[in-house]
Amino acid sequence: MAKQPVAVVGTGQTRFRSHHADKNYVELAQDAAKLALDDAGMVPDEIDAIVFSMSPTHFMGVNDVERWSIEHVWGVNKPFMRVHTGGATGGSAIQAGYFHVASGMYDTVLVVGADRVAETPDSQHVLNLIWDRFYEHDFALNTVTMTALAAQRYMHKYGTTEEQFAKVVVRGRKNALKNETAHLKGSITVDDVMNSPRVSYPFKRFDICPRSSGGAAVVLTNKDVAKEKCSRPAFMTGVSSITHSVFMGDRQGYWADTDFADQDGYDRAAQECYRQAGIIDPVREVDVLELYDPFSTFQFPALESLGFCGRGEATAINEDNGWEIDGGIVAVNPSGGTLCTNPIGVTGLVRAIDAAKQIMGRAGDMQVKNAKKAIATAIGGSTQFFTVSAFSDDYVS
Amino acid sequence: MSKAKSKSKAKTNAKAKSKAKSKTKVNKLQDVPFNNMVIPGEWHVRYNYSVGKVAGHFFEGLKERKILAAKCSKSGIAYLPPRAYCERSFEACDAWVEAGHEGTIESATIVTAQFEGLPKPPYAIAYVRLDGVSTAMANFIEGENLSDVTKAMAKMQPGARVKVQFNAKPEGRITDFHYRLLKK
Repeated sequence: MAKQPVAVVGTGQTRFRSHHADKNYVELAQDAAKLALDDAGMVPDEIDAIVFSMSPTHFMGVNDVERWSIEHVWGVNKPFMRVHTGGATGGSAIQAGYFHVASGMYDTVLVVGADRVAETPDSQHVLNLIWDRFYEHDFALNTVTMTALAAQRYMHKYGTTEEQFAKVVVRGRKNALKNETAHLKGSITVDDVMNSPRVSYPFKRFDICPRSSGGAAVVLTNKDVAKEKCSRPAFMTGVSSITHSVFMGDRQGYWADTDFADQDGYDRAAQECYRQAGIIDPVREVDVLELYDPFSTFQFPALESLGFCGRGEATAINEDNGWEIDGGIVAVNPSGGTLCTNPIGVTGLVRAIDAAKQIMGRAGDMQVKNAKKAIATAIGGSTQFFTVSAFSDDYVS
Repeated sequence: MSKAKSKSKAKTNAKAKSKAKSKTKVNKLQDVPFNNMVIPGEWHVRYNYSVGKVAGHFFEGLKERKILAAKCSKSGIAYLPPRAYCERSFEACDAWVEAGHEGTIESATIVTAQFEGLPKPPYAIAYVRLDGVSTAMANFIEGENLSDVTKAMAKMQPGARVKVQFNAKPEGRITDFHYRLLKK
């Protein structure tokens, strides 16, 4: 277990949009770092180490861009590492920051990053490059098609329809109206989703997240510094991750020990996270979920694997408004989630920030009343990296 | 002449004005007009990927229209794509087994949008578990009319059967074959 309880005492996010013509990459990362330090009431000298959150650099176009960023996030003369687990990068980065502090090696750590996914005109061209050249690269796999395959399998297994997935998009865009940093937001209808151009069955354009640019940062510290700096810190009480092989075909069929359709890497990751956090019944105890949902089909299998309902039940609960902010089983993505904002290198970090802000009472218009426990997740690679992190108003002693 | 003079005078005034303004602004450096300039760039990187012994044997098999899976006798799992070690038993795979030329769809999609550098739509991708093999392998399903996506997808549900169709001249690449739906 942790030698030191770890708390979030400051967070920062820039606005997210397709392009930030007013700034370059490192200036976005710097803005996020400054916002988080200001929020924590700290200066760069109080930061002992830095974890840089950044996924493939092909999107923004400078190879291994963390090097360019060092001075801009005040990392000179400090321990500095980059974390990269694809879409799960931000989820893994904040967990790495957690380990820095929990181990007792450092008091205060800055986790920071930025992305500019739309700097190159077609991100799926880049994402196809994550598959091996021998067996899978040639078959047009990318994050859209791989997720479409999983969604079709899920639909076959549980009978969920395209219209039922569309309702997740409608709820996400509506929630994002209260999120000042969200990229896409607004009142749309199921018909709007259904009538948007088909991309890869079952996805239409509106089922898919935008390509976002922006920066995000978190200040993590131990409980003594947290007491001094923050009246209501968000303690990180559970961190876990599970990793699968690159081959999605290993997780399909009779011999598989997990199912590609169910995102069931979350199964074991959640159990471990809840154990650390002392959560026995997530339905009763968790107030807010910030799920990684870049596609409309992500929430249902995730909610089931995270233990918020049984297999195949999440769709029907959604029909009954069970995942709404008010009156639902648990408030799912009050921020609008990844469907509304996806700056890949920091997406998992944004999930963690939006969860932590709920505990800190700093979520503004998105605030869920009396939020005491929140969970943030992320997924990366070919549905390979799963991270689950718990945030709470008190630490587990 | 006088025109030029008045112009330079105006310039001086503007300069003086901006100087006065800059005194009151703290963030002087960013107090400049919005600039929408972009600098274009491209990456071109060439590679020669060594396939190694396991994949090499698999590709040699394809030339003879054989799809060779790697089997671990301890776990009983036959892997496609083949690999040297079994992830379940942590033992080295110890036998090559020939996969059947028919199999079962585990998941499928029809792509109707053009992605840069990827095939021209529409096309169908499927994970298929070939008979005698434990894992599913990706490839295209060809030979179907994809103009009505919903109708075509109905034929490609998990559980649907496919056959392997080899190219006329296999050259030892994964693209030597594709899947075709088996007509009922």
